[in-house]
Amino acid sequence: MFPRPIQEASASRQLLYKIGLPISLVIWLLPMIAIIATAGRSLSDINYGNYWGIPSEWAFVDNFSAVFNSSPILWYLVNSVIITVPAIIGTLFLSTLAGAGLALYKFKGHFVIFAIFIAGNFVPYQILMIPVRHLTVNLGIYDTYWAVILFQMAFQTGFCTFFMRNFIAELPFELVESARSEGVSEWKILIHIIVPLVRPALAALAVLEFTFVWNDFFWPLILIQSDEIRPITLGLTTLKGQYISSFNLLAAGSLIAALPPVMMFFAMQRHFIAGLTLGASKG
Amino acid sequence: MKQLKRLLLATALTAIATTGFARDLVINANTSDPAQKLAMENLINDFEAAYPDVDVKFNLYDHEAFKVAMRNFLTSDAPDLITWNAGNRMKVFVDLGLFEDVSDVWESENLYEKMPAVVGASSVDGKQYGVPYAYYAWGFYYRKDLFEKAGITQTPTNWEEFKTMGEQLKTAGITPVTIGTKNLWPSAGWFDFLNLRINGVDFHAELMDGQVKYTDDRVKKVFATWAELVEGDFFVKNHPAYSFQEALPFMNQGDAAMYLLAPFIVSMFPEDVRKNVEWFPFPIIDESVGIYEDAPTDSFHIPVNAKNKEDARLFLRFVAQADVQTKTAGTLDMLPPNINATVKDDRFAKGGFAQLSRASGIMQFYDRDTDPALAKVGMQGFQEFMQNPDRIDDILARIEAERERIYGAL
Amino acid sequence: MTDIAFPAARPRNSFFRRNRLVIMPLLFIAPAFGMFSLFVIYPIAQSIALSFIEWQGIGPKKWIGFQNYIMLFNDPVFWKSLVNNIYWLVLFLLAPVIGLFVALYLNQKVFGIRLIKSLFFFPFVVSQVVVGLVFTWFYDPAFGLIATILKPLGLQLPSILASEDWATFGVITAGLWPQTAYCMILYLTGLNSVNPEMVEAARLDGAKGWNLLVKIVLPQLRAATFIAIVVTVIGALRSFDLVAIMTEGGPYNSSNVLAFYMYDNAIFRYRVGYAAAIATILFLIMDIYIVWFLMRLLKNEKGTR
Repeated sequence: MFPRPIQEASASRQLLYKIGLPISLVIWLLPMIAIIATAGRSLSDINYGNYWGIPSEWAFVDNFSAVFNSSPILWYLVNSVIITVPAIIGTLFLSTLAGAGLALYKFKGHFVIFAIFIAGNFVPYQILMIPVRHLTVNLGIYDTYWAVILFQMAFQTGFCTFFMRNFIAELPFELVESARSEGVSEWKILIHIIVPLVRPALAALAVLEFTFVWNDFFWPLILIQSDEIRPITLGLTTLKGQYISSFNLLAAGSLIAALPPVMMFFAMQRHFIAGLTLGASKG
Repeated sequence: MKQLKRLLLATALTAIATTGFARDLVINANTSDPAQKLAMENLINDFEAAYPDVDVKFNLYDHEAFKVAMRNFLTSDAPDLITWNAGNRMKVFVDLGLFEDVSDVWESENLYEKMPAVVGASSVDGKQYGVPYAYYAWGFYYRKDLFEKAGITQTPTNWEEFKTMGEQLKTAGITPVTIGTKNLWPSAGWFDFLNLRINGVDFHAELMDGQVKYTDDRVKKVFATWAELVEGDFFVKNHPAYSFQEALPFMNQGDAAMYLLAPFIVSMFPEDVRKNVEWFPFPIIDESVGIYEDAPTDSFHIPVNAKNKEDARLFLRFVAQADVQTKTAGTLDMLPPNINATVKDDRFAKGGFAQLSRASGIMQFYDRDTDPALAKVGMQGFQEFMQNPDRIDDILARIEAERERIYGAL
Repeated sequence: MTDIAFPAARPRNSFFRRNRLVIMPLLFIAPAFGMFSLFVIYPIAQSIALSFIEWQGIGPKKWIGFQNYIMLFNDPVFWKSLVNNIYWLVLFLLAPVIGLFVALYLNQKVFGIRLIKSLFFFPFVVSQVVVGLVFTWFYDPAFGLIATILKPLGLQLPSILASEDWATFGVITAGLWPQTAYCMILYLTGLNSVNPEMVEAARLDGAKGWNLLVKIVLPQLRAATFIAIVVTVIGALRSFDLVAIMTEGGPYNSSNVLAFYMYDNAIFRYRVGYAAAIATILFLIMDIYIVWFLMRLLKNEKGTR
């Protein structure tokens, strides 16, 4: 364990830690608290410049119900799930395979392929807008869930392959060697040895990717037109006006939109730990 | 409940769509301001009530997102109608062959006579490419109570009076003018009006068409006049830090007295401030120059690639009707282009309407009248000038370089 | 990667068996590579081609050779944006450092720690629009939090977002907040796979604190560090959400960055070819960086195995 478990420290340090934790949390989340407070402010307070003072009235209920009534936000949430979940599963599947392919074998062009996966990540993605829209039109998937799902799956695979390849390269290679010498097939090595060992990485990736895909607003904007299939990020932007923005509703809406990724992180933490114990017992 | 209804509706829609009986009318709009949303919702409901066979599918975007998405959907999978702006902004798409000629609607409804004020802005080479549903005037929104506190009893009608009034306000510890230039466009309002009042509409139009150099002496005169206010501390400090909306608290808290803006500002004043807010037009600078105004016009257009142009035209005819325009413009706090419609009974709408009625000519707005790339460089220049008036020669040279790149050397 | 094994112990005669160490990786990589090529690599190539063209995004295209690049090198905004990108790159590297310390701080097993970790992660998932908005209100020279706190003390800060000297740093600070949360989660994963026996052994040898961190723990966090740095670099170079929300590149382009300037040209100035040229330059800068980084990584791996 590093750092040393706090339970082994002196009682006074333990106390300090336990008091310090909530305090540091509050400081860290100060902007977050501001967002929550904004979600409860009336527009009139905001127009008065009362961003930080005590609100003249608490408008939480009004604001949240305005968000729910002014747009079909639950429906947008469903759309976000429909897009995000398959995109992540696909990405993780593709990149685990590719990551293992790049980490466990040496063959001609290995470096080039790896470099291409990484280089592709570095493109300022907005510039892909026109070609990618064109492509989805040609594939007949423009303005469908598939356009966003497939694009995200492909695009995120670059980063995930890079991540998985590095993680797998750090694993003790003797495991693979001994399995090979016993004649275990490469496919089985992947399923039975590699995949269990990369579980913490998969869990972390799932969280990160969930956040990326969930929060992405640009690609749905480019590839989706119909209101019925819009994800929440796109749906929420209509709270931003040409001249007038309902900042309070925007804050309320983004809090709702941010909950699923945080819950995802909360749920996935256990798997980081599970990955650890597995790794320790086998490695 | 609304969510459930929507879910059911969506399923029902797909069912109908596959059987092919519905007359779907797809409208993509950028009307995301609260009042705009309400007006559009009402408009669509009324239209559907009048034509029950037509099913409107409405896709709302925020303003900036709409600009991004627009060129995509216009070329790949066009909706049947979109909201956009008259003037050069429309012309860009007409020139690319993406907007439908709707002169037939203008003829059959005789809109030339019913909407005389917006014919020019809706036309390219004598043909019309859109039907306006609202336009609005610009002017000074000011707080009467603050003016009284500074001992000002009358609103200024000319430049000297305007400056005197500013000095009085400053003496009373009030900043005369609030402005937020983060989004750039509020500064362009100042440029437009100064240029229109000093050099007139013909010169302004030539400048917008790229036919005059920005280093021209007449342009320099505009900035010299503007500098009187900038150097005289008429404007709130640090305005590049504020969006249009974030500069409003100065006025609401009583630190600043007025804002050169358009009617969408009215709903942003809290109740107790709003009752003290009044309106006056931009003062005259040169008596020999006529009165010209900015009157940005919002309109509906049919994309050339639309599928259901028949019903789209039906919608245009509907929108052009006097009673429909009365209602829509009223909700928007704007003005109906149709002369048979009624202007909303409030002091801002009436005042704006009167001002536009006596105008000898109108323009759209800086970033609607000139090339988009030039508009951006120009407005960044205005912002920089308002912070550093001494850099004016550099700034004008930079804007001129961009003008030359786009319109060619003169 | 010198570690590839010799063929399996009991060679069989089938072609597949003999060549499986070449065929299998290709089979593994093919689906990902195919998708990536179709949706990313091919569009990148198309964009690069666009940079030699004058085009509004719709309508006629005109081949103009290197004109866009020549204009770019004479464009002061391009150079200003490039300089700002370098500020972003350098200062953003604080995120992995702070992220590591936050992760170390949180890597304990006390009551409620899972919830606390989740809450520390929050900045990363909340919409950038709102992050930008709140930081703008922090800085607001008249009604902002900083101004409100400093005013009673008789102090005044320069207006950060209205100042051509400070705006970039104001935006970078806002960007560091979510980026640090991101690095923190990478390090939390990394800390989970630190070998406890090695740490204990080092402790028995008398190593502790800083020494233990640098000599024993950090080397084991190499993968996490590597990824944290790479994502931070990507974030720094790509970052435009906050620029768009907090300053729109202003005042008068003083806080512009290449990604935003590219977007601005493509969308709001209707200069798609020019935007493609900016993107190509940005892409090249990133790739030089990443190739250098990659070489180092591979060399390191050779050394350790």
